[in-house]
Amino acid sequence: MMTLTTTEKTTFTASKISVSNFSAYYGRFHAIKDINMVVEPRAVTALIGPSGCGKSTMLRSINRMHETLPGARVEGSIRLGAIDLYGADVDPVAVRERIGMVFQRPNPFPTMSIKENVLSGVRLQGNRIGKSDGDDLVEMSLRAANLWDSVKDQLAKGGASLSGGQQQRLCIARAIAVKPDVLLMDEPCSALDPISTAAIEELIANLRREYTVVIVTHNMQQAQRVSDTTAFFHIDGPGLPGRLVECGATTELFSNPKESATADYIAGRFG
Amino acid sequence: MGMIDFQEKSDLVSMPKVKTSRKVTDRVVKVVIIAFFGLALLPLISLLTTVITRGVGRFDPTFFSSSMRGVVGAGGGAVHAIWGTLLITGTALIISAPIGIAAAVYLVEYGRGKLAKLLTFLVDVMTGIPSIVAGLFAYAVFSIILGPGTRSGVAGSIALSLLMIPVVIRSSEEMLRLVPGEQREAAIALGSPKYRSIWRVILPAAAPGIVSGVMLGICRIIGETAPLLLVAGFTDSMNLNVFDGRMATLPVFIYSQWQNKGTDSVAYEGRAWSAALMLIGIVLIMNIAAKLIAARTQKVR
Ligand SMILES: Nc1ncnc2c1ncn2[C@@H]1O[C@H](COP(=O)(O)OP(=O)(O)OP(=O)(O)O)[C@@H](O)[C@H]1O
Ligand SMILES: [Mg+2]
Repeated sequence: MMTLTTTEKTTFTASKISVSNFSAYYGRFHAIKDINMVVEPRAVTALIGPSGCGKSTMLRSINRMHETLPGARVEGSIRLGAIDLYGADVDPVAVRERIGMVFQRPNPFPTMSIKENVLSGVRLQGNRIGKSDGDDLVEMSLRAANLWDSVKDQLAKGGASLSGGQQQRLCIARAIAVKPDVLLMDEPCSALDPISTAAIEELIANLRREYTVVIVTHNMQQAQRVSDTTAFFHIDGPGLPGRLVECGATTELFSNPKESATADYIAGRFG
Repeated sequence: MGMIDFQEKSDLVSMPKVKTSRKVTDRVVKVVIIAFFGLALLPLISLLTTVITRGVGRFDPTFFSSSMRGVVGAGGGAVHAIWGTLLITGTALIISAPIGIAAAVYLVEYGRGKLAKLLTFLVDVMTGIPSIVAGLFAYAVFSIILGPGTRSGVAGSIALSLLMIPVVIRSSEEMLRLVPGEQREAAIALGSPKYRSIWRVILPAAAPGIVSGVMLGICRIIGETAPLLLVAGFTDSMNLNVFDGRMATLPVFIYSQWQNKGTDSVAYEGRAWSAALMLIGIVLIMNIAAKLIAARTQKVR
């Protein structure tokens, strides 16, 4: 069981994520192979690459969501600071408490109001929260997600009654209400219109001050706009595992790629 | 007419002809279908009208306020049987709903491998148990525990639970499977243990469907006669204690009124029809309520 005291949490906060010799499988299918990379704290790291190259698999491995699918397993290690997230004594639930996730399709809880949605993470982690603390947390989280002004008068309304972009921001508010150290986002804008996308991108730019953000995106302009570091994943052929081709500062990777596969991809020659 | 005519005429002239013939076929098929539909409805309508016309006669305050204690011939009522049905069905509900919902949660959220397959198989078998067998089972169990021949309301409830549990499991299972996987993932990714995500996210999302399934389960058992005849027995007087002594119920009341008509058979038949009307009314209302609840959930989604 990974128990975290407050002191541990502070050391945690500025911890980098180190992925080493990491592989993930779906049953017998080897989805990603030999991944080695470092995710810097309080920065935005983008994972890009053609469809099926294992970006989502990599992302879902970081908060141990991958293993919730039947037959899914991993090899190698992912560390957050000094803690091996796949260590034998680490509780995956505790990992997910510290590493939040935003999905491609907005998924607020339809049975809960906007307010309850924001507080749902706190309650699902088994914590009680008083009324005024709860109200403060709701306002703080919704402000951080740039949603407060448009929903502050309708907090009791159902979370599913919002527009797609608002729902996604509600999901971000829900994820940051539990004060994670890391925020994983799997194509958070791909179901949204350009205006909502711009709003979320602006939000990500603000979030990087407090959170380590890892974002999967298909949109290379978006990767360049929001990220500090970019990791390019690629797959050499059908049935083969995805691999990390190169990882580096975003400006550098896009202006001066080291590998020809990267150059081809960012030039739009495939994928 | 036929192919040659068709080819000689221009498209514009020949097309309406095809249309009219199709229209005629359409209409004929429609009429036939409506006729069969009406035919299928006929027994239902005839049943309802019969029960209503024969049942309203004794659908009076006395019927709902007095039992059959000391009544011979006209008068009397079914209040003891109404209470019996409410108590026995209510107890069966208290037993079946938690067991059935828990089993469904296990099957949908945890069940993998042999145990789940076995449970599914057992549920299938239970669905097919004849109600009299459920009655015999309860009779045997209570004979072993409390001595042969004991009768009580709770024995009836247990017999009815055997019939209701599979219905609750099946419908709850279906409703739980309708909850999108995204909801489960969202909860787990927030750092929720699985049991808490079930309690706070999945069950609330499935609740209206589960409730309407449970109500249909009640409809399934509320008219059961044979097992209750065996284990709850029959009495002319009021008994509000499910744990002790014979207890009348509406279906058994109907049976006994019909079976033991005295010289004044009209009075007995009238009471039987009124009890039947009452029973049909309860089932109808429950069915409609279940449908409304289910419809409301669909709108929310
Ligand atoms: N649940 C699953 N079961 C089996 N195989 C899977 C599963 N999910 C993904 N895969 C396979 O793993 C490989 C990597 O998938 P992944 O979803 O990580 O790719 P991705 O880079 O996120 O693609 P996309 O850009 O289309 O989202 C693919 O070949 C995919 O078919
Ligand atoms: Mg993906």
